[in-house]
Amino acid sequence: MDNLIIGGIELKSRLFIGTGKYPNHKSMYEAIESCGTQVVTMALRRVDLDSKEDNIIEFIPKDCILLPNTSGARNAEEAVRIARLAKAMGCGNWIKIEVISDNKYLLPDNYETIKATEILAKEGFIVLPYMSPDLMAGKMLVDVGAAAVMPLGSPIGTNRGIRTKELVQIMIDEINAPIIVDAGIGRPSEAAEAMEMGAAAVLVNTAIATSGNPIQMAKAFSLAVEAGRIAYNAKLGATGSLAKASSPLTGFLGEGDK
Amino acid sequence: MELLNYMEKYKNIDLYSYFSQLTKEDVKRAISSRKPSIIDYLTLLSPIAGDFLEEMAQRAHTISLQNFGKSVLLYTPLYLSNYCVNLCSYCSFHSRNKIKRKKLNMDEIETEAKEISALGLKHILILTGESRKETPVEYIIEAVEVLKKYFDSISIEVYPLKEDEYARLIEVGVDGLTIYQEVYDEKVYNKVHIAGPKKEYSFRLEAPERACRAKIRGVNIGALLGLNDWRKEAFMTGVHADYLQNKYPEVEVSVSLPRIRPHVGMVSNYDVVEDKNLVQIMLATRIFLPRAGITISTRERKELRDNLVGLGVTKMSAGVSTEVGGHSSTEKTESQFDISDTRTVAEMKQMLLSKGYQPILKDWMHI
Repeated sequence: MDNLIIGGIELKSRLFIGTGKYPNHKSMYEAIESCGTQVVTMALRRVDLDSKEDNIIEFIPKDCILLPNTSGARNAEEAVRIARLAKAMGCGNWIKIEVISDNKYLLPDNYETIKATEILAKEGFIVLPYMSPDLMAGKMLVDVGAAAVMPLGSPIGTNRGIRTKELVQIMIDEINAPIIVDAGIGRPSEAAEAMEMGAAAVLVNTAIATSGNPIQMAKAFSLAVEAGRIAYNAKLGATGSLAKASSPLTGFLGEGDK
Repeated sequence: MELLNYMEKYKNIDLYSYFSQLTKEDVKRAISSRKPSIIDYLTLLSPIAGDFLEEMAQRAHTISLQNFGKSVLLYTPLYLSNYCVNLCSYCSFHSRNKIKRKKLNMDEIETEAKEISALGLKHILILTGESRKETPVEYIIEAVEVLKKYFDSISIEVYPLKEDEYARLIEVGVDGLTIYQEVYDEKVYNKVHIAGPKKEYSFRLEAPERACRAKIRGVNIGALLGLNDWRKEAFMTGVHADYLQNKYPEVEVSVSLPRIRPHVGMVSNYDVVEDKNLVQIMLATRIFLPRAGITISTRERKELRDNLVGLGVTKMSAGVSTEVGGHSSTEKTESQFDISDTRTVAEMKQMLLSKGYQPILKDWMHI
């Protein structure tokens, strides 16, 4: 598979993983290992550095890039504070901006997200903002320094697939930065679909963490992402509304000209 | 007034007349509804829905798993004082009860904090009896300043405050408010709150909203189950929670389901809320409010608490003492009520792990 470059780092895996909702840290660790992901996101507000037993960072393989997120931030100011804290805690300079002021649907606030992205990109963070799919907001995010843009497929945790497909496709087609589909992907086939559409990567959490077997499911997602990317690179055949025989019946018409 | 008017609309529904018209199909539709309405919620609380607890449990489990995963947050309450000016028929702390009264000073609070935080807990709920004189807002602020050194999240369960007072507490680090209406039916409310400022029904009812306006992160509401017909009380709790969720989408709204427990001076004429009733309330709440937190305290016995994991509960108390100074002091006071599940934090963690759930000791910090 061709590699993805974000913030100057070359990534072999295009599957990003979340860390919430697992039955324990061990199964999270094993899921991460089984899919070979290189980018792992975690809610900074959940990190308990004091507890050896509960410190999630201890269970993330050392060669993974930590992508702390600003989960819990309700505006740009809070997101910026969390990002700076993450950096001070030694979590590196990658940050996933999540600004959510709607606890019912957990839909992101694009306006506040753009504000936070601008501030943090100027401070040298590699900023990956989570957003509601919108072309103009996506372009603005890139303009103010986002290293990639992460539109949602459907609301967080719903496992409902890429309900925003048309909007995400427009963003993929029009925005000159990696588009990572984040939230809503519930099945490996949907991850493959995102990759076939030309998404640079996908981020999956609930679908793996709450499955019957997170380790196997993580592996399945990894394979699906790879298959989807290969299919995208191979260029999918054109679609049409009428059947087209692979051996046309009218092929002889041009033969007389030979 | 807006909340009072809103609640008024639902208060006058003749629940049992509505229940009498329900069919099994209505219940099935409510269980599988993509976005259950308030009336679907009422349907799920009906006697006929009691025959569909397994179906409701399956749906509630799926919703819980999607939204919260296999994890349960553990926290513990810390009683700062048992001075109280109210006369409530259901509580040991009431002003006429001849119990030993105590208020922790800041050194004692720090000692308690050290004991509790050594267990690994990062979320604390501080409680006082309802006495503005003995435990004024300044005292609570001072306590929060002490506790901040040991805990990442501090919630309060104190007498209802004014909006600016909530704002002051939020400013120093409080992020959650628990306040139970105790009973939503005004007549019963008036009867069980015999004397004291707690008699002011609407000032209490509007307290969570005042905190929301003051930009609190989370509010936790509930009725004390047993004071009135549980179906009516559960319904109004859901109506209240839904109102807050819709009007303040930025606030995390939680619901607690406390049942009355034995306590000093207890009278016995309560409405019985059986285990299966409690389960029905929890399942209906989870289906109606998929993202709401649901708390089950140590009022419930351990066998029941264990079986509720996975059905909708998101927060459980652990290592609980309902006495002032109960975590460290040898000179203890009477408890507010008798707890039923006396397990330690370590034992609760072990129970959750054995069920394939992750005990969460920290999921928040003050930024």
